[in-house]
Amino acid sequence: MLRPLQPVSSAARVGLGILFFVVFVAVWAWATFGGYVTRTFLADPLTMVREGYELLVKHGFLYDIGMTIWRVVGGFVLAALVAVPLGILMGTYRAVEAFFEPFVSFARYLPASAFIPLLILWAGIGETQKLLVIFIGSVFQLILMVAVTVAGTRRDLVEAAYTLGAKDWGIIARVLIPSSAPAIAEILRLVLGWAWTYVIVAELIGSSSGIGHMIVDSQALLNTGQIIFGIIIIGLIGLVSDFLFKLANRWLFPWSLV
Amino acid sequence: MSKLVIENVSRVFPPSHKGGQPTRALEPTSLAIADNDFITILGPSGCGKSTLLRIVAGLDHATAGQVLLDGAEVKAPGPDRGMVFQSYTLFPWLTVAQNIAFGLRERGLPEAERLKIAQDWCQRVGLKGFEKHFPKQLSGGMQQRTAIARVLANNPKIMLLDEPFGALDNQTRALMQETLLEIWERERKTVMFVTHDIEESIFLASRVVVMSARPGRIKADIRVDLPYPRHYTVKTSPAFSDLKAQLTELIRVEAQTAAAH
Repeated sequence: MLRPLQPVSSAARVGLGILFFVVFVAVWAWATFGGYVTRTFLADPLTMVREGYELLVKHGFLYDIGMTIWRVVGGFVLAALVAVPLGILMGTYRAVEAFFEPFVSFARYLPASAFIPLLILWAGIGETQKLLVIFIGSVFQLILMVAVTVAGTRRDLVEAAYTLGAKDWGIIARVLIPSSAPAIAEILRLVLGWAWTYVIVAELIGSSSGIGHMIVDSQALLNTGQIIFGIIIIGLIGLVSDFLFKLANRWLFPWSLV
Repeated sequence: MSKLVIENVSRVFPPSHKGGQPTRALEPTSLAIADNDFITILGPSGCGKSTLLRIVAGLDHATAGQVLLDGAEVKAPGPDRGMVFQSYTLFPWLTVAQNIAFGLRERGLPEAERLKIAQDWCQRVGLKGFEKHFPKQLSGGMQQRTAIARVLANNPKIMLLDEPFGALDNQTRALMQETLLEIWERERKTVMFVTHDIEESIFLASRVVVMSARPGRIKADIRVDLPYPRHYTVKTSPAFSDLKAQLTELIRVEAQTAAAH
Protein backbone atom coordinates (compact mmCIF):
# COMPACT_ATOMS: atom_id res chain seq x y z
CA MET A 1 0.00 0.00 0.00
CA LEU A 2 2.75 2.44 0.93
CA ARG A 3 5.04 2.77 -2.05
CA PRO A 4 7.32 5.65 -2.95
CA LEU A 5 5.60 8.45 -4.91
CA GLN A 6 2.48 6.33 -5.38
CA PRO A 7 -0.59 8.61 -5.59
CA VAL A 8 -3.54 8.15 -3.21
CA SER A 9 -7.23 8.63 -3.98
CA SER A 10 -8.78 11.97 -3.06
CA ALA A 11 -11.08 10.29 -0.54
CA ALA A 12 -8.09 8.73 1.20
CA ARG A 13 -6.34 12.08 1.13
CA VAL A 14 -9.20 13.85 2.91
CA GLY A 15 -9.64 10.97 5.33
CA LEU A 16 -5.97 10.93 6.29
CA GLY A 17 -5.94 14.71 6.71
CA ILE A 18 -8.89 14.53 9.11
CA LEU A 19 -7.40 11.52 10.88
CA PHE A 20 -4.43 13.59 11.99
CA PHE A 21 -6.65 16.03 13.87
CA VAL A 22 -8.60 13.19 15.44
CA VAL A 23 -5.38 11.59 16.69
CA PHE A 24 -4.10 14.96 17.88
CA VAL A 25 -7.23 15.75 19.90
CA ALA A 26 -7.33 12.20 21.23
CA VAL A 27 -3.77 12.42 22.56
CA TRP A 28 -4.52 15.83 24.02
CA ALA A 29 -7.69 14.55 25.72
CA TRP A 30 -5.88 11.47 27.03
CA ALA A 31 -3.09 13.62 28.51
CA THR A 32 -5.40 16.13 30.16
CA PHE A 33 -8.43 14.06 31.23
CA GLY A 34 -6.14 11.25 32.34
CA GLY A 35 -4.44 13.67 34.70
CA TYR A 36 -0.99 13.23 33.19
CA VAL A 37 -0.65 17.00 32.77
CA THR A 38 -1.58 19.58 35.38
CA ARG A 39 -4.64 21.67 34.52
CA THR A 40 -2.65 24.81 35.29
CA PHE A 41 -0.37 24.18 32.35
CA LEU A 42 -2.70 22.68 29.80
CA ALA A 43 -6.47 22.90 29.63
CA ASP A 44 -8.40 19.92 28.35
CA PRO A 45 -10.24 20.16 24.99
CA LEU A 46 -13.70 20.65 26.52
CA THR A 47 -12.52 23.46 28.78
CA MET A 48 -10.88 25.04 25.76
CA VAL A 49 -14.15 24.96 23.81
CA ARG A 50 -16.07 26.40 26.79
CA GLU A 51 -13.51 29.16 27.33
CA GLY A 52 -13.59 29.91 23.64
CA TYR A 53 -17.36 30.20 23.69
CA GLU A 54 -17.17 32.57 26.63
CA LEU A 55 -14.50 34.61 24.93
CA LEU A 56 -16.66 35.05 21.86
CA VAL A 57 -19.93 35.72 23.67
CA LYS A 58 -18.93 37.55 26.84
CA HIS A 59 -15.57 39.16 26.18
CA GLY A 60 -16.09 40.45 22.65
CA PHE A 61 -13.31 38.31 21.20
CA LEU A 62 -14.70 38.85 17.70
CA TYR A 63 -13.60 42.46 17.98
CA ASP A 64 -10.06 41.29 18.81
CA ILE A 65 -10.07 38.92 15.85
CA GLY A 66 -11.27 41.75 13.62
CA MET A 67 -8.53 44.06 14.87
CA THR A 68 -5.82 41.47 14.26
CA ILE A 69 -7.05 40.69 10.75
CA TRP A 70 -7.22 44.39 9.99
CA ARG A 71 -3.64 44.90 11.16
CA VAL A 72 -2.27 41.97 9.19
CA VAL A 73 -4.09 42.90 6.02
CA GLY A 74 -3.30 46.60 6.42
CA GLY A 75 0.41 46.12 7.05
CA PHE A 76 0.67 43.46 4.41
CA VAL A 77 -1.10 45.48 1.72
CA LEU A 78 1.21 48.44 2.46
CA ALA A 79 4.23 46.16 2.17
CA ALA A 80 2.95 44.64 -1.08
CA LEU A 81 2.26 48.09 -2.56
CA VAL A 82 5.91 49.01 -2.01
CA ALA A 83 7.51 45.63 -2.60
CA VAL A 84 5.83 44.39 -5.77
CA PRO A 85 6.63 47.43 -7.96
CA LEU A 86 10.12 47.74 -6.50
CA GLY A 87 10.75 44.02 -6.91
CA ILE A 88 9.62 44.18 -10.53
CA LEU A 89 11.95 47.13 -11.16
CA MET A 90 14.85 45.31 -9.52
CA GLY A 91 14.15 42.16 -11.48
CA THR A 92 13.97 44.14 -14.71
CA TYR A 93 16.86 46.57 -14.41
CA ARG A 94 20.23 45.28 -13.23
CA ALA A 95 21.31 48.77 -12.09
CA VAL A 96 18.26 49.13 -9.85
CA GLU A 97 18.99 45.70 -8.45
CA ALA A 98 22.64 46.57 -7.81
CA PHE A 99 21.50 49.71 -5.96
CA PHE A 100 18.94 48.10 -3.63
CA GLU A 101 19.96 44.47 -3.34
CA PRO A 102 22.76 44.75 -0.74
CA PHE A 103 20.59 46.86 1.55
CA VAL A 104 17.49 44.72 1.17
CA SER A 105 19.48 41.55 1.77
CA PHE A 106 20.82 43.10 4.96
CA ALA A 107 17.45 44.41 6.09
CA ARG A 108 15.82 41.06 5.43
CA TYR A 109 17.73 39.52 8.32
CA LEU A 110 16.70 42.16 10.82
CA PRO A 111 14.00 40.48 12.91
CA ALA A 112 10.80 42.52 12.87
CA SER A 113 10.25 41.75 16.54
CA ALA A 114 13.53 43.45 17.45
CA PHE A 115 12.13 46.66 16.01
CA ILE A 116 9.13 46.67 18.34
CA PRO A 117 10.76 48.62 21.19
CA LEU A 118 12.11 51.15 18.72
CA LEU A 119 8.80 51.43 16.91
CA ILE A 120 7.00 51.99 20.21
CA LEU A 121 9.34 54.91 20.83
CA TRP A 122 8.72 56.29 17.38
CA ALA A 123 5.07 55.57 16.79
CA GLY A 124 3.64 54.84 20.25
CA ILE A 125 1.55 51.79 20.93
CA GLY A 126 -1.21 52.67 18.47
CA GLU A 127 -2.13 51.12 15.15
CA THR A 128 0.72 52.77 13.25
CA GLN A 129 3.23 50.80 15.29
CA LYS A 130 1.45 47.49 14.63
CA LEU A 131 1.25 48.17 10.90
CA LEU A 132 4.91 49.13 10.84
CA VAL A 133 5.97 45.86 12.48
CA ILE A 134 4.18 43.85 9.82
CA PHE A 135 5.41 46.16 7.11
CA ILE A 136 9.05 45.77 8.19
CA GLY A 137 8.62 42.06 8.65
CA SER A 138 7.30 41.39 5.18
CA VAL A 139 8.45 44.14 2.81
CA PHE A 140 12.10 43.09 2.44
CA GLN A 141 11.26 39.43 1.97
CA LEU A 142 8.69 40.35 -0.67
CA ILE A 143 11.05 42.66 -2.55
CA LEU A 144 13.77 40.06 -2.88
CA MET A 145 11.49 37.19 -3.83
CA VAL A 146 9.62 39.24 -6.43
CA ALA A 147 12.91 40.52 -7.88
CA VAL A 148 14.29 36.98 -8.22
CA THR A 149 11.08 35.78 -9.88
CA VAL A 150 10.99 38.60 -12.41
CA ALA A 151 14.71 38.27 -13.17
CA GLY A 152 14.12 34.57 -13.82
CA THR A 153 11.64 35.20 -16.64
CA ARG A 154 12.37 32.88 -19.56
CA ARG A 155 14.86 34.69 -21.76
CA ASP A 156 13.51 33.18 -24.97
CA LEU A 157 10.05 34.67 -24.30
CA VAL A 158 11.64 38.10 -23.93
CA GLU A 159 13.60 37.60 -27.15
CA ALA A 160 10.48 36.43 -28.99
CA ALA A 161 8.67 39.57 -27.83
CA TYR A 162 11.52 41.77 -29.07
CA THR A 163 11.41 40.17 -32.53
CA LEU A 164 7.65 40.79 -32.57
CA GLY A 165 8.24 44.49 -32.12
CA ALA A 166 7.93 44.97 -28.35
CA LYS A 167 9.74 47.95 -26.87
CA ASP A 168 11.10 48.03 -23.30
CA TRP A 169 7.77 49.02 -21.78
CA GLY A 170 6.00 46.31 -23.76
CA ILE A 171 8.51 43.78 -22.43
CA ILE A 172 7.82 44.82 -18.84
CA ALA A 173 4.05 45.20 -19.08
CA ARG A 174 3.24 42.35 -21.42
CA VAL A 175 5.98 39.78 -20.82
CA LEU A 176 7.78 40.16 -17.48
CA ILE A 177 4.72 41.01 -15.38
CA PRO A 178 2.23 38.49 -16.78
CA SER A 179 4.81 35.72 -16.83
CA SER A 180 5.76 36.37 -13.17
CA ALA A 181 2.23 37.05 -11.94
CA PRO A 182 1.36 33.52 -10.73
CA ALA A 183 4.68 33.22 -8.89
CA ILE A 184 4.22 36.67 -7.34
CA ALA A 185 0.74 35.67 -6.13
CA GLU A 186 2.30 32.56 -4.61
CA ILE A 187 4.95 34.69 -2.87
CA LEU A 188 2.25 36.95 -1.44
CA ARG A 189 0.43 33.91 -0.09
CA LEU A 190 3.59 32.64 1.55
CA VAL A 191 4.65 35.94 3.12
CA LEU A 192 1.13 36.64 4.37
CA GLY A 193 1.60 33.56 6.52
CA TRP A 194 4.74 35.07 8.01
CA ALA A 195 2.96 38.37 8.59
CA TRP A 196 0.64 36.53 10.98
CA THR A 197 3.53 35.68 13.28
CA TYR A 198 4.66 39.30 13.36
CA VAL A 199 1.23 40.65 14.24
CA ILE A 200 0.88 38.37 17.23
CA VAL A 201 4.33 39.34 18.48
CA ALA A 202 3.42 43.00 18.03
CA GLU A 203 0.22 42.49 19.98
CA LEU A 204 1.95 40.66 22.81
CA ILE A 205 3.78 43.85 23.65
CA GLY A 206 1.94 47.08 24.39
CA SER A 207 -1.44 46.44 22.91
CA SER A 208 -5.00 46.84 24.15
CA SER A 209 -6.74 44.70 21.56
CA GLY A 210 -6.17 41.80 19.19
CA ILE A 211 -5.65 38.06 19.51
CA GLY A 212 -2.11 38.51 20.84
CA HIS A 213 -3.37 40.90 23.52
CA MET A 214 -5.99 38.35 24.60
CA ILE A 215 -3.30 35.68 24.84
CA VAL A 216 -1.15 37.82 27.15
CA ASP A 217 -4.17 38.63 29.32
CA SER A 218 -5.07 34.95 29.54
CA GLN A 219 -1.53 34.09 30.53
CA ALA A 220 -1.80 36.47 33.51
CA LEU A 221 -4.96 34.61 34.54
CA LEU A 222 -3.36 31.19 33.89
CA ASN A 223 -6.23 30.50 31.49
CA THR A 224 -4.55 28.06 29.10
CA GLY A 225 -7.90 27.20 27.50
CA GLN A 226 -8.24 30.72 26.16
CA ILE A 227 -4.64 30.77 24.98
CA ILE A 228 -5.08 27.55 23.04
CA PHE A 229 -8.37 28.77 21.62
CA GLY A 230 -6.64 31.95 20.41
CA ILE A 231 -3.86 29.96 18.77
CA ILE A 232 -6.36 27.68 17.04
CA ILE A 233 -8.27 30.70 15.75
CA ILE A 234 -5.05 32.05 14.23
CA GLY A 235 -4.48 28.71 12.53
CA LEU A 236 -8.02 28.62 11.18
CA ILE A 237 -7.80 32.14 9.78
CA GLY A 238 -4.51 31.19 8.14
CA LEU A 239 -6.12 28.13 6.61
CA VAL A 240 -9.02 30.16 5.24
CA SER A 241 -6.82 32.92 3.81
CA ASP A 242 -4.57 30.32 2.22
CA PHE A 243 -7.56 28.65 0.64
CA LEU A 244 -8.91 31.96 -0.66
CA PHE A 245 -5.51 32.81 -2.14
CA LYS A 246 -5.31 29.47 -3.91
CA LEU A 247 -8.83 29.87 -5.22
CA ALA A 248 -8.06 33.35 -6.53
CA ASN A 249 -4.87 32.14 -8.21
CA ARG A 250 -6.70 29.33 -9.93
CA TRP A 251 -9.27 31.78 -11.18
CA LEU A 252 -6.76 34.47 -12.21
CA PHE A 253 -4.14 32.25 -13.82
CA PRO A 254 -5.87 29.28 -15.45
CA TRP A 255 -3.00 29.04 -17.96
CA SER A 256 -0.36 28.27 -15.34
CA LEU A 257 -1.98 25.12 -14.01
CA VAL A 258 -0.48 21.86 -15.13
CA MET B 1 18.57 43.98 -55.39
CA SER B 2 19.20 41.72 -52.45
CA LYS B 3 16.76 41.92 -49.62
CA LEU B 4 19.24 41.01 -46.91
CA VAL B 5 22.96 41.62 -47.12
CA ILE B 6 25.39 40.19 -44.60
CA GLU B 7 28.77 41.88 -44.94
CA ASN B 8 31.84 40.38 -43.27
CA VAL B 9 29.93 39.63 -40.13
CA SER B 10 31.97 37.91 -37.45
CA ARG B 11 31.40 37.11 -33.82
CA VAL B 12 33.97 36.51 -31.13
CA PHE B 13 32.74 35.63 -27.65
CA PRO B 14 34.91 36.95 -24.82
CA PRO B 15 36.67 34.35 -22.67
CA SER B 16 34.40 32.79 -20.10
CA HIS B 17 37.04 33.04 -17.40
CA LYS B 18 40.06 35.22 -16.72
CA GLY B 19 43.05 34.26 -18.84
CA GLY B 20 40.90 32.07 -21.11
CA GLN B 21 40.83 32.15 -24.88
CA PRO B 22 38.09 34.11 -26.64
CA THR B 23 35.81 31.87 -28.72
CA ARG B 24 35.63 32.59 -32.44
CA ALA B 25 32.06 31.53 -33.14
CA LEU B 26 31.78 33.04 -36.59
CA GLU B 27 34.51 33.92 -39.07
CA PRO B 28 33.88 36.99 -41.26
CA THR B 29 30.89 35.88 -43.31
CA SER B 30 29.21 37.49 -46.27
CA LEU B 31 25.91 36.45 -47.76
CA ALA B 32 23.23 38.08 -49.86
CA ILE B 33 19.65 36.86 -49.86
CA ALA B 34 17.31 37.79 -52.71
CA ASP B 35 13.77 38.99 -52.18
CA ASN B 36 11.26 36.13 -51.64
CA ASP B 37 14.05 33.59 -51.53
CA PHE B 38 13.95 30.63 -49.17
CA ILE B 39 17.44 29.80 -47.98
CA THR B 40 18.48 27.22 -45.43
CA ILE B 41 21.67 27.44 -43.42
CA LEU B 42 22.93 23.91 -42.93
CA GLY B 43 25.68 22.95 -40.52
CA PRO B 44 26.65 20.76 -37.58
CA SER B 45 25.75 21.95 -34.11
CA GLY B 46 28.04 24.63 -32.77
CA CYS B 47 29.00 25.93 -36.20
CA GLY B 48 27.73 29.44 -35.53
CA LYS B 49 24.65 29.17 -37.76
CA SER B 50 22.34 30.17 -34.92
CA THR B 51 24.73 32.96 -33.97
CA LEU B 52 24.50 34.28 -37.52
CA LEU B 53 20.70 34.13 -37.41
CA ARG B 54 20.60 35.86 -34.02
CA ILE B 55 22.81 38.64 -35.37
CA VAL B 56 20.40 39.12 -38.29
CA ALA B 57 17.52 39.17 -35.78
CA GLY B 58 19.37 41.80 -33.73
CA LEU B 59 19.37 39.57 -30.64
CA ASP B 60 23.15 39.32 -30.77
CA HIS B 61 25.62 41.86 -32.12
CA ALA B 62 28.38 41.27 -34.60
CA THR B 63 31.94 41.79 -33.42
CA ALA B 64 32.69 43.21 -36.86
CA GLY B 65 30.81 43.69 -40.12
CA GLN B 66 27.21 44.67 -40.67
CA VAL B 67 23.82 43.37 -41.69
CA LEU B 68 21.66 45.38 -44.08
CA LEU B 69 17.95 44.82 -44.57
CA ASP B 70 16.60 46.78 -47.55
CA GLY B 71 19.76 48.84 -47.32
CA ALA B 72 19.24 49.85 -43.68
CA GLU B 73 21.67 48.62 -41.04
CA VAL B 74 20.32 46.19 -38.46
CA LYS B 75 21.11 47.37 -34.94
CA ALA B 76 18.40 45.95 -32.69
CA PRO B 77 15.61 43.41 -32.88
CA GLY B 78 12.48 44.57 -34.66
CA PRO B 79 9.18 43.36 -36.08
CA ASP B 80 10.54 43.47 -39.63
CA ARG B 81 12.62 40.36 -38.77
CA GLY B 82 10.24 37.89 -37.15
CA MET B 83 11.81 34.86 -35.57
CA VAL B 84 10.61 31.34 -34.80
CA PHE B 85 12.70 29.62 -32.13
CA GLN B 86 13.50 25.98 -31.55
CA SER B 87 12.13 26.14 -28.01
CA TYR B 88 8.41 26.72 -27.63
CA THR B 89 8.17 30.46 -27.10
CA LEU B 90 4.44 31.06 -27.20
CA PHE B 91 3.38 33.27 -24.30
CA PRO B 92 1.72 30.74 -21.98
CA TRP B 93 -0.68 33.30 -20.50
CA LEU B 94 -2.13 34.22 -23.90
CA THR B 95 -4.50 32.19 -26.04
CA VAL B 96 -3.54 31.10 -29.54
CA ALA B 97 -5.34 34.10 -31.06
CA GLN B 98 -3.80 36.51 -28.55
CA ASN B 99 -0.36 35.06 -29.23
CA ILE B 100 -0.78 35.57 -32.96
CA ALA B 101 -1.97 39.12 -32.31
CA PHE B 102 0.92 39.97 -29.96
CA GLY B 103 2.96 41.92 -32.50
CA LEU B 104 -0.16 43.72 -33.78
CA ARG B 105 -0.90 44.83 -30.24
CA GLU B 106 2.63 46.15 -29.78
CA ARG B 107 2.06 48.11 -32.96
CA GLY B 108 -1.09 49.60 -31.42
CA LEU B 109 -3.70 48.14 -33.76
CA PRO B 110 -7.29 48.32 -32.45
CA GLU B 111 -8.56 45.13 -30.87
CA ALA B 112 -11.21 44.32 -33.45
CA GLU B 113 -8.66 44.47 -36.24
CA ARG B 114 -6.15 42.37 -34.28
CA LEU B 115 -8.75 39.70 -33.70
CA LYS B 116 -9.70 39.61 -37.35
CA ILE B 117 -6.10 39.17 -38.51
CA ALA B 118 -5.44 36.56 -35.80
CA GLN B 119 -8.46 34.53 -36.81
CA ASP B 120 -7.48 34.75 -40.43
CA TRP B 121 -4.01 33.40 -39.59
CA CYS B 122 -5.43 30.64 -37.42
CA GLN B 123 -7.27 29.47 -40.47
CA ARG B 124 -4.25 29.76 -42.76
CA VAL B 125 -2.02 27.59 -40.55
CA GLY B 126 -4.76 25.08 -39.85
CA LEU B 127 -5.60 26.07 -36.29
CA LYS B 128 -9.21 27.01 -36.81
CA GLY B 129 -11.19 26.14 -33.69
CA PHE B 130 -8.14 26.46 -31.44
CA GLU B 131 -8.22 30.27 -31.16
CA LYS B 132 -9.15 30.23 -27.49
CA HIS B 133 -6.78 27.44 -26.44
CA PHE B 134 -3.79 28.10 -24.22
CA PRO B 135 -0.37 26.92 -25.50
CA LYS B 136 -0.10 24.14 -22.92
CA GLN B 137 -3.23 22.60 -24.46
CA LEU B 138 -1.53 22.29 -27.85
CA SER B 139 0.84 19.67 -29.27
CA GLY B 140 4.39 20.70 -30.18
CA GLY B 141 3.54 20.91 -33.86
CA MET B 142 0.52 23.11 -33.21
CA GLN B 143 2.60 25.36 -30.98
CA GLN B 144 5.16 25.87 -33.73
CA ARG B 145 2.41 26.53 -36.26
CA THR B 146 1.08 29.21 -33.93
CA ALA B 147 4.60 30.62 -33.61
CA ILE B 148 4.87 30.82 -37.41
CA ALA B 149 1.47 32.49 -37.66
CA ARG B 150 2.51 34.92 -34.89
CA VAL B 151 5.48 36.03 -36.96
CA LEU B 152 3.62 36.19 -40.28
CA ALA B 153 0.67 38.13 -38.82
CA ASN B 154 3.24 40.85 -38.18
CA ASN B 155 4.02 40.95 -41.90
CA PRO B 156 7.81 40.95 -41.53
CA LYS B 157 10.24 41.69 -44.35
CA ILE B 158 12.10 38.49 -43.57
CA MET B 159 11.23 35.45 -41.52
CA LEU B 160 13.98 33.82 -39.47
CA LEU B 161 13.61 30.25 -38.27
CA ASP B 162 16.09 28.65 -35.86
CA GLU B 163 15.63 24.86 -36.10
CA PRO B 164 11.91 25.35 -35.50
CA PHE B 165 11.05 21.68 -35.94
CA GLY B 166 14.06 20.34 -34.06
CA ALA B 167 12.04 19.27 -31.04
CA LEU B 168 9.29 17.53 -33.03
CA ASP B 169 9.05 13.85 -33.85
CA ASN B 170 9.88 12.78 -37.41
CA GLN B 171 6.33 12.45 -38.72
CA THR B 172 5.21 15.78 -37.31
CA ARG B 173 8.36 17.39 -38.61
CA ALA B 174 7.69 16.18 -42.16
CA LEU B 175 4.13 17.54 -42.00
CA MET B 176 5.34 20.86 -40.61
CA GLN B 177 7.86 21.19 -43.45
CA GLU B 178 5.04 20.76 -45.94
CA THR B 179 2.87 23.27 -44.10
CA LEU B 180 5.68 25.82 -44.02
CA LEU B 181 6.40 25.28 -47.71
CA GLU B 182 2.73 25.72 -48.59
CA ILE B 183 2.59 28.95 -46.61
CA TRP B 184 5.76 30.21 -48.26
CA GLU B 185 4.58 29.30 -51.77
CA ARG B 186 1.41 31.29 -51.06
CA GLU B 187 2.85 34.28 -49.18
CA ARG B 188 6.27 34.52 -50.86
CA LYS B 189 8.21 35.82 -47.89
CA THR B 190 11.97 36.00 -47.68
CA VAL B 191 12.97 33.15 -45.39
CA MET B 192 16.20 32.26 -43.62
CA PHE B 193 15.96 28.83 -42.04
CA VAL B 194 18.67 27.29 -39.86
CA THR B 195 18.84 23.50 -39.57
CA HIS B 196 21.20 20.59 -39.14
CA ASP B 197 18.85 18.24 -41.01
CA ILE B 198 20.11 17.68 -44.56
CA GLU B 199 16.81 16.46 -46.00
CA GLU B 200 14.94 19.37 -44.45
CA SER B 201 17.43 21.86 -45.87
CA ILE B 202 16.97 20.55 -49.43
CA PHE B 203 13.22 20.00 -49.32
CA LEU B 204 12.44 23.54 -48.21
CA ALA B 205 15.04 25.73 -49.79
CA SER B 206 15.79 27.21 -53.17
CA ARG B 207 19.33 27.61 -51.87
CA VAL B 208 21.32 25.75 -49.22
CA VAL B 209 24.21 27.49 -47.51
CA VAL B 210 26.53 24.98 -45.84
CA MET B 211 28.55 26.13 -42.86
CA SER B 212 31.72 24.63 -41.51
CA ALA B 213 32.40 23.52 -37.95
CA ARG B 214 33.57 26.13 -35.43
CA PRO B 215 34.77 28.69 -36.16
CA GLY B 216 31.82 28.95 -38.51
CA ARG B 217 32.20 30.12 -42.07
CA ILE B 218 30.38 29.45 -45.32
CA LYS B 219 31.70 26.33 -46.96
CA ALA B 220 29.34 25.90 -49.89
CA ASP B 221 26.39 27.69 -51.44
CA ILE B 222 24.23 25.31 -53.44
CA ARG B 223 21.17 26.06 -55.57
CA VAL B 224 18.27 23.66 -55.29
CA ASP B 225 16.59 23.61 -58.69
CA LEU B 226 13.66 21.40 -57.75
CA PRO B 227 10.51 23.13 -59.01
CA TYR B 228 7.92 24.58 -56.64
CA PRO B 229 5.29 23.71 -55.55
CA ARG B 230 7.07 20.76 -54.06
CA HIS B 231 5.30 17.61 -53.12
CA TYR B 232 6.74 15.41 -50.37
CA THR B 233 7.39 12.72 -53.02
CA VAL B 234 10.19 14.93 -54.32
CA LYS B 235 12.25 13.52 -51.47
CA THR B 236 12.56 10.23 -53.33
CA SER B 237 13.48 11.76 -56.73
CA PRO B 238 16.97 11.17 -58.18
CA ALA B 239 17.75 14.91 -58.23
CA PHE B 240 16.96 15.09 -54.53
CA SER B 241 19.11 12.04 -53.79
CA ASP B 242 22.04 13.51 -55.69
CA LEU B 243 21.86 16.73 -53.69
CA LYS B 244 21.51 14.80 -50.51
CA ALA B 245 24.58 12.72 -51.28
CA GLN B 246 26.57 15.85 -52.11
CA LEU B 247 25.53 17.64 -48.91
CA THR B 248 26.02 14.55 -46.76
CA GLU B 249 29.61 14.42 -47.93
CA LEU B 250 30.15 18.11 -47.14
CA ILE B 251 28.54 17.91 -43.71
CA ARG B 252 30.21 14.65 -42.72
CA VAL B 253 33.67 16.20 -42.74
CA GLU B 254 32.40 19.10 -40.66
CA ALA B 255 30.63 16.90 -38.17
CA GLN B 256 33.83 14.94 -37.69
CA THR B 257 35.78 18.14 -37.11
CA ALA B 258 33.15 19.33 -34.66
CA ALA B 259 33.14 16.02 -32.81
CA ALA B 260 36.93 16.08 -32.52
CA HIS B 261 36.73 19.29 -30.44
